Amino acid sequence: MGNVPTAVKHCLSYEQLIQDYPWLKRLLLEEKEIVPTGVKIQLIDMLSGTGLPVIEATSFVSSKWVPQMADHTDVLRGIHREPHVRYPVLTPNLQGFHDAVAAGATEVAVFGSASETFSKKNINCSIDESMLRFEEVIKAAKERQIPVRGYVSCALGCPYEGHIEPSKVSEVAKRLYEMGCYEISLGDTIGVGTPGSMFKMLQSVMAEVPTNALAVHCHDTYGQALPNILIALQMGVCVVDSAVAGLGGCPYAQGSSGNVSTEDVLYMLHGVGVETGVNLAKVLEAGDFICEALGRQTNSRVARARGRTL
Amino acid sequence: LFNMSAVAGLRAGRTLPDKVKIVEVGPRDGLQNEKTIVPTETKIHLIDMLSASGLSVIEATSFVSPKWVPQMADQVEVMKGIDRKPGVSYPVLTPNLKGFQAAVKAGASEVAIFGAASELFSKKNINCSVEESLQRFDEVVRMAKEAGVRVRGYVSCVLGCPYEGNVAPEKVAHVAKRLYSMGCYEISLGDTTGVGTPGSMSDMLEAVSREVPVNALAVHCHDTYGQALANILVALQMGISVIDSSVAGLGGCPYASGASGNVATEDVVYMLHGLGIQTGVDLSKLMDAGAFICRTLNRRTSSKVAQATCKL
Repeated sequence: MGNVPTAVKHCLSYEQLIQDYPWLKRLLLEEKEIVPTGVKIQLIDMLSGTGLPVIEATSFVSSKWVPQMADHTDVLRGIHREPHVRYPVLTPNLQGFHDAVAAGATEVAVFGSASETFSKKNINCSIDESMLRFEEVIKAAKERQIPVRGYVSCALGCPYEGHIEPSKVSEVAKRLYEMGCYEISLGDTIGVGTPGSMFKMLQSVMAEVPTNALAVHCHDTYGQALPNILIALQMGVCVVDSAVAGLGGCPYAQGSSGNVSTEDVLYMLHGVGVETGVNLAKVLEAGDFICEALGRQTNSRVARARGRTL
Repeated sequence: LFNMSAVAGLRAGRTLPDKVKIVEVGPRDGLQNEKTIVPTETKIHLIDMLSASGLSVIEATSFVSPKWVPQMADQVEVMKGIDRKPGVSYPVLTPNLKGFQAAVKAGASEVAIFGAASELFSKKNINCSVEESLQRFDEVVRMAKEAGVRVRGYVSCVLGCPYEGNVAPEKVAHVAKRLYSMGCYEISLGDTTGVGTPGSMSDMLEAVSREVPVNALAVHCHDTYGQALANILVALQMGISVIDSSVAGLGGCPYASGASGNVATEDVVYMLHGLGIQTGVDLSKLMDAGAFICRTLNRRTSSKVAQATCKL
């Protein structure tokens, strides 16, 4: 891509930056390569052998918007479907849903937002309009007995609007749940949340949606993911989203981390005596594999501490 | 469901402390574990910037022999060169009587001593058993009392030891109690290798708080396994209101090459402010200090808040 990330541009001139921080050069000039289908399939197959019960396999969005997911059909058809493991896929609209079913999907996910601005900028429509779209998907899914998971993004803050009222989050969560989503994943999209805001948001949502239908999807952009997950667990939430090796940077703060790493979450959960059924060593192996394939360092501190650097 | 579930609901809503005192260990613990030797003027400037950020305790240097810790060879110049902000404390490490005397001569008004909850670690690190080290410290504490100098006690390996593995909470409580009874005003409990989780942290704190009042306790968490902030949260829930941290997360882990060490002060402050807890720290000024020292060391900050805010 060769261009300087916007966030960095606003801080200092590129030349000054490279002069002051020579190690940055490699980071800034990194190309975003498309991951080969075979690598994706191998990653998913490795994850299937770790004990993870749910692995989000791909996304049936238009390849125009998300080129990385253009091979969605090949991936879904190519993976080894481990019994007792579910492989949900993203379906933003009815078209995507039909493509997903044709490719063999048995669970889908829809992505709502607690922020109007984010909804408009991200999926080009208001929250209300998006709900109408999702209603179509959920209706079609119900007819085929396909479970639907609902995501609410910007649950603890929005890159455009800033603060998000907990009541807005619970309103959107409630709508998705009442429409028929079996589980609602509450996402701290830009990782700005802290245990303080997590607590307030969950209190609000738990008044509208049963706790056992809730999940948290924390980003670690500000290092807050694990304490945020901990407080969610203390409040009774028992579904946690995470990404092996902490894959997926934060698109709103270049160079920052995004998803919390599965390895670090598992380390904490096992340390507090929670049973996950997941083998941490095998997840570490999957993390090693994908990092080597991508030519990048893991974001997992557990992985790094065990000397698995690249 | 898990060992905290019995009090989980209670904990989540339990009142946290209104205020937390942050003990900034970057200039000592942080720099001591950085490979690059930092010029004296840089150390002084860093400490002065930290003083300006609102921190009330800044560990300035260490009076160990420069033979063992060359990074701290300029201990006297640093002590004499920094701008001592009123209301801010500048403790220094003093492993023995000789170090203590040198520290007082250089103007120190607070010192710190370092015990271990693990026998093997004590022997490998300071060449004597835990009991022998406590006797050494007893001398320092007695002299300090006479000189009107406050002493802070550290206990390392409280949640695990790189040599022994598991460390019994009762052992930690025993060492903490000894240090407290000797006269240390505060005991900082250190997860030296960062292996602890909220589970082991709460077990350990339960044992220690039976022997030492909780308002005399602090936690010193390492982020080697990414658990530091979660561990700190649990400590806060159990009444701890003193947190050690290091600007920019300076100081790698000497036991796991390439791994992180100290938890970053910026990330701790971000969490505390998000919880509505007062620290007296101006996060923006703190990040300036972090950016300054990282530029000098030519390394990337370990603070995620700093990375996200483009203060590299």
